[in-house]
Amino acid sequence: MSSCSWRVRTCLNWKGIDYEYCPVNVLEGSQNKEEYSEINPYKFVPTLKIDGVILNQSVAILEYLEETRPEKSLLPKDPYKRALVRSLVQAIAGDIQPLQNLRPLQYIESTGGNKTEWAVYCITHGFEGVEKQLAKASGKYCVGNEVTLADLCLLPQVYNANWFGIDMAKYPLIQRIANDLSELDAFKKAHPQNQIDCPDKEKNKNLRAFI
Amino acid sequence: MSNEKPILHSFYRSSCSWRVRTCLNWKGIDYEYCPVDLPEGAQKKEEYSEINPYKLVPTLKIDGNVLSQSIAILEYLEETRPEKPLLPKDPYKRALVRSLVQAIAGDIQPLQSIKALQYIESTGGNKNEFAIYCITRGFEGVEKQLAKTSNKYCVDDEVTLADVCLLPQVYKANRFGIDMTKFPLIQRIANDLSELDAFKKAHPQNQIDCPAEEKK
Repeated sequence: MSSCSWRVRTCLNWKGIDYEYCPVNVLEGSQNKEEYSEINPYKFVPTLKIDGVILNQSVAILEYLEETRPEKSLLPKDPYKRALVRSLVQAIAGDIQPLQNLRPLQYIESTGGNKTEWAVYCITHGFEGVEKQLAKASGKYCVGNEVTLADLCLLPQVYNANWFGIDMAKYPLIQRIANDLSELDAFKKAHPQNQIDCPDKEKNKNLRAFI
Repeated sequence: MSNEKPILHSFYRSSCSWRVRTCLNWKGIDYEYCPVDLPEGAQKKEEYSEINPYKLVPTLKIDGNVLSQSIAILEYLEETRPEKPLLPKDPYKRALVRSLVQAIAGDIQPLQSIKALQYIESTGGNKNEFAIYCITRGFEGVEKQLAKTSNKYCVDDEVTLADVCLLPQVYKANRFGIDMTKFPLIQRIANDLSELDAFKKAHPQNQIDCPAEEKK
């Protein structure tokens, strides 16, 4: 259900990299156990073991995969276009998702706050900027007509927005691009409902990625 | 590339602006500083949101382009001005740098940004406690990663984008009164970085929009 894990799964699929899936049950706190924090000091998912090294932080992993497996590239060649892609990546992976991640939601709830209202506020505020940037940058996908790292980050965030009941009619570009991305094999295969740790009762439901 | 002097829209106390100022200084790029008064809401005005759809700082106009999001700007500067690099050559080391960048610029700073804290306060929450919680939890992970990757600086012995992100976050931690004795590596590296010219020149207190009463 993790947005960050979903991004990396999509990238691995996109580049045709076969991998072994090792579930980490974040709802039960598996990420907080000592042995996991030895490989991921942030106690987050995903962690990727590849090429004899251990990588954490999804965006760092995406950039590593892009640099070491440049075929089926997910970044344009032009530096300005790359900056557009990365600004959308940061807008989503930096300015939206971490704010509606499990950890801050649990904290807000523990102090008597309304975690759903907080999440709706963060996503809505973030999507306003993303929609505005897409109005200038997008073609078939987020930046121009090729799938990029921005698209990998967009789709999981839209699923979260749907789960929180956000009115997506205000974000037609985001919704249209997400719909088109969800038809692509690499994205479909990476969907939470197609993972081995997705409970049976969650398959074929409106599942969210919420961390 | 355009010969026009780059223009940086910045707020003196903004961590994200500070990162870009440091990078510009590090690479010897002269620029014009254009203050954006965040507490007054200048970033929400229509003319600003035309150049930065996120209504955030910084925005950098350079090479005839308008760039937003500090990390995207840092990577752009690194790719277009590779002299005095801020990323190692080895892909794994680059990934280590970027994971620290994301840990700070993604997982800590946005949660204690002005926007986030204003919302927490508006709903009756304690914004200081929230900021302290977010920074502390984030620093726990950063300190643990630095134990494996750092030497003189965040990753080995050369200044990287991770260092560019670290110092402003330590400044914020100090403003919130966080006990930094729990994070000795972070503090030691921050102390060393604050002695470097590029970082000094980028410090909030050395910016033209820093109020006189906040300068030392």
